[in-house]
Amino acid sequence: MSLDFIIAAIITVVGLTTPILLAGLGELVVEKAGVLNLGVEGMMLIGAISGFGVTVMTFNPWLGVLGAAAGGALSALLFGVLVLSLNSNQVATGLALSIFGTGLSSLIGLSFVGRIAAPFGSIFPASLAKHPILQVFFGYSPLVYFALIMVPLVAWFLKSTRAGLILRAVGENDHSAHSIGYNVIGVRYAAIAFGGAMAGIGGAYFSMVITPMWAEKMTAGRGWIALALVVFAGWRTGRLLAGAYFFGILMALELYAKASGFSFLPSQFWAAMPYLMTVVALTFISSRGNVGASAPACLGKPFLP
Amino acid sequence: MRIKLERRPSPSRTMLVVTPIASVIVTMLIGMVVFDLMGIDGTRAVKDIFLTPLLLSYKWQDVALKAAPLIIIALGLSVGNRAQVWNIGAEGQYIVGALAAAGIGIAAGTAGGFFVILAMVLAGILFGALYALIPAVLKTRWDVNEILSSLMLTYVSYQILGFLVGGPWKDPNGRNFPATAPLAENQSLPLLFSGSTVHLGVLIALILPFVFWVMMSRSVFGYQVRVVGSAPQAARHGGFDAKQTVWIAMLIGGGMAGLAGALEFTGALKAINLGFPSGYGFTAIIVAFLGRLHPIGCLIAGIVLAVTYVGGQVAQTSVHIPNSTAGIFQAMMLFFILASDILIRYRLRIVTAAKPVVAGE
Repeated sequence: MSLDFIIAAIITVVGLTTPILLAGLGELVVEKAGVLNLGVEGMMLIGAISGFGVTVMTFNPWLGVLGAAAGGALSALLFGVLVLSLNSNQVATGLALSIFGTGLSSLIGLSFVGRIAAPFGSIFPASLAKHPILQVFFGYSPLVYFALIMVPLVAWFLKSTRAGLILRAVGENDHSAHSIGYNVIGVRYAAIAFGGAMAGIGGAYFSMVITPMWAEKMTAGRGWIALALVVFAGWRTGRLLAGAYFFGILMALELYAKASGFSFLPSQFWAAMPYLMTVVALTFISSRGNVGASAPACLGKPFLP
Repeated sequence: MRIKLERRPSPSRTMLVVTPIASVIVTMLIGMVVFDLMGIDGTRAVKDIFLTPLLLSYKWQDVALKAAPLIIIALGLSVGNRAQVWNIGAEGQYIVGALAAAGIGIAAGTAGGFFVILAMVLAGILFGALYALIPAVLKTRWDVNEILSSLMLTYVSYQILGFLVGGPWKDPNGRNFPATAPLAENQSLPLLFSGSTVHLGVLIALILPFVFWVMMSRSVFGYQVRVVGSAPQAARHGGFDAKQTVWIAMLIGGGMAGLAGALEFTGALKAINLGFPSGYGFTAIIVAFLGRLHPIGCLIAGIVLAVTYVGGQVAQTSVHIPNSTAGIFQAMMLFFILASDILIRYRLRIVTAAKPVVAGE
């Protein structure tokens, strides 16, 4: 195994990991607030087309990222109005959001098919970004570093800030949080919007970094992997990072098994692994009843004051 | 002036029936406006998606073929949803059911006829139910959330399918294309009308809603499901076993999805390739909700959703919008139906005086 191969492998894994890490971080915050949003895939696709659309129109990828975040957050707020203000069923509404996002992104994307933008690549000087070895550190899109910075930020927010404490209280016991005077619905709206923005940026990684163009359903089911990741991580930020890279390695193995046609196990085995591991992890978490790593108590339940 | 929500003494039956119809109409109106704003002929698009498949008689068989799996899966899911069991892995159970039928067909070799076809369909039901049993066992044994586990297993099923049709079950005469060999005539479901594509599965989809209707309204099990879903504590006092209800609800949901998969394979598609998972299992969740979890509602809602599928293809050629645009309409219908749920239990009252509303019960 040569050094070149290892470097190429690391870069592949980072590229596969970043979108699910971004979307997973967002969903983690949403679920910590007690809301299950199954619409991640739809929000990612809306983010992918809005990020790409804004980039193509303004020639500015930074505005594109903002556009992706706004698109994701707006579609998430649609979900928020239904489940929070109208008390609709979260599972059905989340699925509807996924279907809606898939359709809407295809429709909006019609006018962007065939257009290309400059890839939102490394902003470091070429001497670092294209360096045969140092590219492992400097050769990535700013979104990669953004995802990595957001991990400790979200952990710190949830663990050490007052707002984070309130958010967790809302997710663990909405009625108590309400009776102390916290605005349960308001907190959940904010969490849902954040989750949508992060999913949107995660989706934009596909349309702005991996292949700077638009294609229908280009996120290819990664939104569902992000959902699995949050469960796999036991709703903890540190494990989410580790889990995202673990899933990234599995996805890379799948690609490798497919491309080389040679591996001691079929490529489908590697592709199924993230989901099987998630079921196993979920069973482990649920059976142990470990408070620190279990689902927020109010997850998926409507709040009626 | 403000709008106040007032709890109704009992759920409104009128709203239960009116809201799904209103959801469809509002979706059509909004669709027209939005498409016009986007510079697409909105009236034409909405007409093609919602009406053309009904107006052109040669489109009816397409609608029937799309509606059959949606109705069958939705019937099973609505039993679970009534008991508050959230099986969202019907897509996976549908796939596993179809694969089981294919497995029996391959094992039977050149044999065919009534009993082989029956065995293929029964295997579909059995394996669909068994695949749904995994989340049921995880739920009752270790309290694992069935929403998450059944969803994960759907993604596993895609890989099982990919492995089987790309490896052991690959058609040797298929130019290396990952697909099973097309079913022989003697292993396919009979057609209802010669010269059409409408197979026996469509008839099954038309009969089953009435079977479920009788089962849910007349049997003890139907009562048990309703009680466990609406009043879990009363159900415990009444001696109904919540775990048993989870098992049966999941088995029925999985069995129906497996049946739909087996019928789709033996009746319509005749071969399984990587494009076999078509999202029916997910769309059926919309059908179940739009049909208000009622068997006859599922029948009607299944036809409505099938119309939008077929209409989406019509609109694709007539006004050049992507096929997946039909998904926007399907999702909008579900959004409206979910949003209007609140009208069943509450009534809206316009309060003109600036009197503060007392919060809480």
